[in-house]
Amino acid sequence: MKNYLRGILKKNEFYLFMIMVLMVIVMSAINPNFGTLENGFDILRGTTFIGICSMGFLVVLITGGTDISFTATATVAQYIMALLMVSNPNIPVVFVILVPMVIGAVLGSVNALLINRLKVPVIIITIAMLNTYYGAIQFFSEGEWLYNFPEWFADFPRILLITFKNEDGVAYGLTSLTAIWILVALVTSVLLRFTMLGRKIYALGGNQTAAGREGIHVNRIRIFAHSFLGLIAGIGAIVHAMVTQTAAPNAIVGQEFNAVAAVVLGGASIAGGGGSVLGTLLGVLLIATLKNGLTVMGVPAYWHQVFIGLTLVISISVTAIREKMAKKNAGGINVES
Amino acid sequence: MMSEKTIELKNISKVYPGVRALDTINFEIGRGEVHCLVGQNGCGKSTLIKIMSGVEKPEPGAEIYINGELCKHLNSHISMSKGVQVIYQDLSLFSNLTVKENIAFRDNIRKKSLFVNWKEVDKIARKALELIDVDIDINAKVGTLSIAQQQLVEIAKALTGDLSLLILDEPTASLTGKEVRSLFRVITNLKNKGISILFVSHKLNEIFEIAEKVTVMRDGKIIGDFTPSELDHDRLVYLMTGMRELYKQPKPIGNDYEVVMEARNLSKNKNYKDISFKLKKGEILGITGLLGSGRTELALTLFGMNPYDSGELIFEGKAVKWTSNREACAAGVGYVPEDRLNCGLIMNQSIEDNLTITTIKSYLSRFGLINSGERLKALNTKVKELGIKFSMPEAAVKTLSGGNSQKVVLAKWLLVNPKVLILDEPTIGIDVIAKNSIHTLIKSLAENGMSIIMISDEVQEVLQNCHRILVMSKGRIVFEFTPDQITDKELLEKFNLA
Repeated sequence: MKNYLRGILKKNEFYLFMIMVLMVIVMSAINPNFGTLENGFDILRGTTFIGICSMGFLVVLITGGTDISFTATATVAQYIMALLMVSNPNIPVVFVILVPMVIGAVLGSVNALLINRLKVPVIIITIAMLNTYYGAIQFFSEGEWLYNFPEWFADFPRILLITFKNEDGVAYGLTSLTAIWILVALVTSVLLRFTMLGRKIYALGGNQTAAGREGIHVNRIRIFAHSFLGLIAGIGAIVHAMVTQTAAPNAIVGQEFNAVAAVVLGGASIAGGGGSVLGTLLGVLLIATLKNGLTVMGVPAYWHQVFIGLTLVISISVTAIREKMAKKNAGGINVES
Repeated sequence: MMSEKTIELKNISKVYPGVRALDTINFEIGRGEVHCLVGQNGCGKSTLIKIMSGVEKPEPGAEIYINGELCKHLNSHISMSKGVQVIYQDLSLFSNLTVKENIAFRDNIRKKSLFVNWKEVDKIARKALELIDVDIDINAKVGTLSIAQQQLVEIAKALTGDLSLLILDEPTASLTGKEVRSLFRVITNLKNKGISILFVSHKLNEIFEIAEKVTVMRDGKIIGDFTPSELDHDRLVYLMTGMRELYKQPKPIGNDYEVVMEARNLSKNKNYKDISFKLKKGEILGITGLLGSGRTELALTLFGMNPYDSGELIFEGKAVKWTSNREACAAGVGYVPEDRLNCGLIMNQSIEDNLTITTIKSYLSRFGLINSGERLKALNTKVKELGIKFSMPEAAVKTLSGGNSQKVVLAKWLLVNPKVLILDEPTIGIDVIAKNSIHTLIKSLAENGMSIIMISDEVQEVLQNCHRILVMSKGRIVFEFTPDQITDKELLEKFNLA
C-alpha cells in the first residue's frame, strides 16, 4: 500500500490533478460563480472538440511522430459533410456520420504515406499538408459558410444524459457531445493499454530500431496512428458542427496548438514513447478551466494565451527539475566507508 | 535426435561491392559450447553473425545447418524461430516500457493476439528471469536500469522462445568488473541448459576466462579454432593481426622534472575523498579502479567540470579552483571522455568540424569569418601525424570506425597542445592494432613534454603504458606504485578489480 501511494506521488497525473484542484479553489474564492456545477458542465461542453482531437494527437505523439494538420483535416471533413446535408436534407444519418470519419482517416493516411516515403522531418510534412488541405477547402468553398442543417442535427447536441436545473429552471448537465468525448477517450485508453497494437505504438516511439528488429511493421503502425488521428478529427468535425450549427472553412484551423499544448501538459513526451489518456484529459481540462476561470474573473481574452503559455512553461520546468533531482539523488559514491 | 552441433556453416562467402567480406568459411558451434569469435574490426566477424542470424544472405554454394537441419533460405524470422538470437551491442530494448513488457514483447507478437494479457506478461517475465537466476524488478522501466541490467533483460527476452544459440556482440564493452562476473555466471548457467553461446569481444583476458573454444578471424578468413590452453595473450594478438606485439615501456622521466599539477587532499561529497598526487612534466600517470570508484568524477574535477569541496589543486605552481572547463582549457588542460560517442564527438558533424572545434577561434580572419584554408592546414597536419583514415574531411564523424573516431578526439585536443591531457578509457571498444597505435602516440606525446593522466579499468593497459599508477576504490586512492613493483595478476587479486 505504501509503495502504491509512493507510485502515485511519482505520477505526473497526480500533480496535474492537484494543480487543477488548487486552481478551482482559488478561482471559486475570487468569483463564486466559477465553482458551480453548471459552470463545470459548461467547461466540459466548451472544450469537447479539443478534447476529442487531443486523443488522436496523443496516439501520433506516442509513436514519436507529430501531425498538426488535423485541424485542416477536420475542416475538409466538416465542410463536405455540411455540403451533403445542405444539398440533400433527407440524407441518411449514417452517411452524415461516416463520411467525415472516412475522409479524416484517408487524409491522415496520406500524411503517413508521405512520412514513410519521404523520410523528411515529420513536422514539415504536416505543416505542408495543413496548408494544402486548408488552402484547397478555402478555394473550393470560396469561403462560404454553410448552415440550415436537418432537424436531427440540431436536436442531438441538446440531449442531456444527466440533467440538473438551475434556479431559473433552465436544464443543464452532461451533453451527448461530452459523452462522445468520453467514449473516444475510453476507446483510446483501451487501445493504448490493452491491445497489442497500442503496445506496438509505445514500442515504436520508444525505440524505432528495436521495433524493426522485433518484427513490428513500423510503417503500418505509423499509417494506423495518423489515420486514427484523422478519424478522430472527423468525429471532432461532426461535434464542432453540432455545437456551432454552421460549417465555416476558417473556424477550426488555428486551434491545433491548443490540442498540442493539452497533450504535452498532460505529460506526453515530445520525443515519443510516453503519454497517457488520463494525463491528456487532465491537460485538456486544465487549459479549459484556466480559460474559463479567467473569463469569469473578467480577464481580457488577449491575456488567456499568455496564461496558457506560462502554464506550459511552468509545467515543463517542473517535470525537468523533478527528473534532474531524481538523477542527482540516484548517483554518488559512498566515500565514508 | 538432436544434433551434436547447434550450427554448422559450410563454404560461406560474402562479397560486398569491392570487398570479399567472407572467403569460403567453414564454422561450427557445438551444443552447450561457449565459443569466442575474435578478430580485428573489419575481419568479417559482424558479417558472419549477420549470416547466422539471417540478416545477410551468403553467396550461392553455401550450406547452413541449424540443429542439424539444412536451411536453404535463411532469413531473420526463420533464424529466430530456429532458436538463434543475437544480442546487439546497442541493445534492442524499449526504454520507455517496463522490464516485463520488454521480456514478453516478442512472445506477444508471435502469438498474434489482439489484446495484451498482462497476467501472462507477468508470468513470462518472471519465468525468464528465473531461468537466468537474476533479480530485477519487473515493473521498473528499462530506461532506469543500468546497462548491465538491461543486458540481462535482453538475455531474458531471448529465453522466451526456443533458444539454442545466443550470440553476444561485445556484451562487456560497458560493464564493470562485477557486472561482467554476473554476466559470465548467466552464460555458464545457459551453457548447462544446453544452450550454445557465441561471444564476441575485444577484451582478450575475458576470452581466456570464459571460452571453451576460440575462433580467430582475419581478413574474411578463419585462421583457426583453438582451445584457450593452446593460446596466450601474445599468440592470440599475433593470430589476429599477423604481427608480433611490440610493447615498449615509456621512457623514464628524471627526478628533477617539474611538477605540473598537484592535488592536495582534494575532496568532494559523494564523489571522492582525500585525493593527493603529483603529476610531473612528461609523466604518464595511470589511474585504475572499478567503474564507480570516483575516477571519472576526479577527472572531471581536474578538467574544471566538477568543482571540488575542499583541498587544493595546484596547476603550474598556482592554486586554482576552476568552475568550468573553459577555465581549465585556457590554463592548458585537455580531456578525452570515456563516452566518446555522446561526449567526445558531434556524430553528425564532419570530421573537419569536430577536429578543429577546440581551436576554431584561431582560424578567424580579421572580419571574424572562418579562414577555411588555415583550418584545413591544421586538420591535415594532425591527420598525418595520427594516421587517421577517412574518405573526405566533410564526411560525418559517425562514418568512422572506433579507432579512427577516437583519433579525431585526440587530434582536436592535440591542436590545443595542452600541458596536461586527461584520457578517460582511451581505448575502450577499439581493436588491438588501433589500440597499439594510440598507446604509441600517448608515449610519444609524453616524451615531448606533455603530462598525461590515463584512466583505464584494464589493468594491463596502465601497467604497460604508465610511469606510475594510482588505484582508486570508493572515492579514495588506496595504492600507488610503479609498474615494476607488481604484476597484473597480483594487482587484480589485491584490489579485487576483476
